[in-house]
Amino acid sequence: MSGASSREHWDDPVATGTRLLGEGVDTTHRGILYLDGISVSFDGFKALDSLSLIVDAGELRCVIGPNGAGKTTMMDVITGKTRPDAGSAYFGQTIDLSRLTEAEIAGAGIGRKFQKPTVFEQHSVFENLELAMKADKRVGPTLRARLDAAARDRIASTLETIKLLPEAARPAGLLSHGQKQWLEIGMLLMQEPQVLLLDEPVAGMTDAETMRSAELFVSLAGRYTLVVVEHDVDFVARIAHKVTVLHEGSVLAEGSMEQIQQNQQVIEVFLGR
Amino acid sequence: MILGRAFMPDATLGAPRYLSLLSPGGWSLYGLAAIVLFFVFPLLHLTVPADSALHISDYWVTLIGKIMCYAIVALAMDLIWGYTGILSLGHGLFFALGGYAMGMYLMRSIGHDGVYQSDLPDFMVFLDWKKYPWYWSFTEHFGYALALVVLVPGLLAFLFGFFAFRSRIKGVYFSIITQALTYAFMLLFFRNDTGFGGNNGFTDFKRILGFPITAPETRMALFVTTAAALLGFLLLGRWIVMSKLGRVLTAIRDAETRVMFSGYNPLYFKLFIWTLSAVICGIAGALYVPQVGIINPSEMSPANSIEIAIWTAVGGRGTLLGPVLGAAAVNLGKSWFTKAFPEYWLFALGLLFILVTLFLPRGLAGLWHSRKKRP
Repeated sequence: MSGASSREHWDDPVATGTRLLGEGVDTTHRGILYLDGISVSFDGFKALDSLSLIVDAGELRCVIGPNGAGKTTMMDVITGKTRPDAGSAYFGQTIDLSRLTEAEIAGAGIGRKFQKPTVFEQHSVFENLELAMKADKRVGPTLRARLDAAARDRIASTLETIKLLPEAARPAGLLSHGQKQWLEIGMLLMQEPQVLLLDEPVAGMTDAETMRSAELFVSLAGRYTLVVVEHDVDFVARIAHKVTVLHEGSVLAEGSMEQIQQNQQVIEVFLGR
Repeated sequence: MILGRAFMPDATLGAPRYLSLLSPGGWSLYGLAAIVLFFVFPLLHLTVPADSALHISDYWVTLIGKIMCYAIVALAMDLIWGYTGILSLGHGLFFALGGYAMGMYLMRSIGHDGVYQSDLPDFMVFLDWKKYPWYWSFTEHFGYALALVVLVPGLLAFLFGFFAFRSRIKGVYFSIITQALTYAFMLLFFRNDTGFGGNNGFTDFKRILGFPITAPETRMALFVTTAAALLGFLLLGRWIVMSKLGRVLTAIRDAETRVMFSGYNPLYFKLFIWTLSAVICGIAGALYVPQVGIINPSEMSPANSIEIAIWTAVGGRGTLLGPVLGAAAVNLGKSWFTKAFPEYWLFALGLLFILVTLFLPRGLAGLWHSRKKRP
């Protein structure tokens, strides 16, 4: 990390990390996310209990499970918000997620959408996307940054993708709940991530908005790897190729939607008791 | 280009920033302020005879000069509190440290003209010290003193900020720690052994850069320098908050986790604006001390730092100009009030804070903005 970066006073690991990793993630073995034997406990409560999971590059993976199954904790581990007590989390073949900060992980190409939409409410929709856009995100370059025509076009095309073009100048705080969800997804897309982690992306959406989201996610799969955590089983059935069921912090079942729906253990967990 | 101009928010139109820093109206106001402070004030003070109705007296020069220093502090406070959402209740410390750094130079410039006619400042003679402590070295050089003015508050803020922000100390916890910090320094500076004149601090300055410090021309030079600093910092602040970095700062204020997951490391952004804010305060302190002629540890008292927050809130957070006006309004009020009803000033200040919070949540600047639609 010497050389060019050490000259910069505000030497920020985000950008140096990106530089080291380069553009690509090593996905030579198809997998892009590897979780192996991850355990996390909070005050004795085991949120994750040796969870192992592999997500392939370009896949649209749905993760379902009852409350407290560890879905959000799993995302926390992948994005560096929570450190695992045991186990390893790899991004591609080479990037050890447990050694990077949240910002470094975001810079490396994992974007996350929260359960509750978090956008910059005081900023316009346009500015939200501008801030999220992939760029040198250290202090100095950010201070000097200007918006060129190419960047403006990229923002405009993302606005189109997420159907918020007419709202570009409005403060994000004035958007509807569903629109905020889309804006947040748009912000993730602006980061040009490899992997999109979406935590309950259609919660609070109208049926029409849910339909649009399903189309959007299916169209994004392939170009990106999507991991969708959702409660809405109908929605999952509509978009998923492969579903992972979490229960009490580990994987209960994995397979296509039909396989999952016929799995006895899954039926017990969801319907039993 | 897919979009027409009409869709684009002004700030992101991509127009060169030096043109859009201020609106045309803003520039006219700015120019007017510059003319008044740089020309009208000095002319009316120095050339108009004292018995003329147009003459501006020493009292007003000192008062306005002092208020401009406070305004710079309020501006610095706005950058960290108004824009970044970090309430510091210790900004008086950085102001005082800048003041002490300048004070050291001014003490050295007294030379043999002190009461004891010694090489050392009177308070050191009084303590029976034979030579300057090591940290007074080179302070007789003006340039070195100026460097201290920037470096001491800057380094302290940098170190404190680094550890506080890295530990993700936020909100009221951060405010309380800054309050404790300034209090601790106040106790330290109250001690005679610390070598900064104990509770008397520094005073009885004679000259600055060889000019007699009480001469009207010297005072006016200090006044104009302060005005230049204020106007300069206003533009600097404006440039920062209009930049992408400025938008990151407000984003940190509103949704820090989203900033983090967007790939920015909030630590360095907070550290940048926090350190800059402290340095600006230090400079304000350095301008303040030669004009009021005294610096002592009471400048570090927690109440002083809280007052800074009040000026900023009264003026309107996140507006830059608001806090400048807030500092001016509150301090003009204070100088009148403390003469008319000296006992009740603190009550009045408290009441003002409550009223502003209840009825003018966006401060004096909010009055202006509520007439115009907010962009």
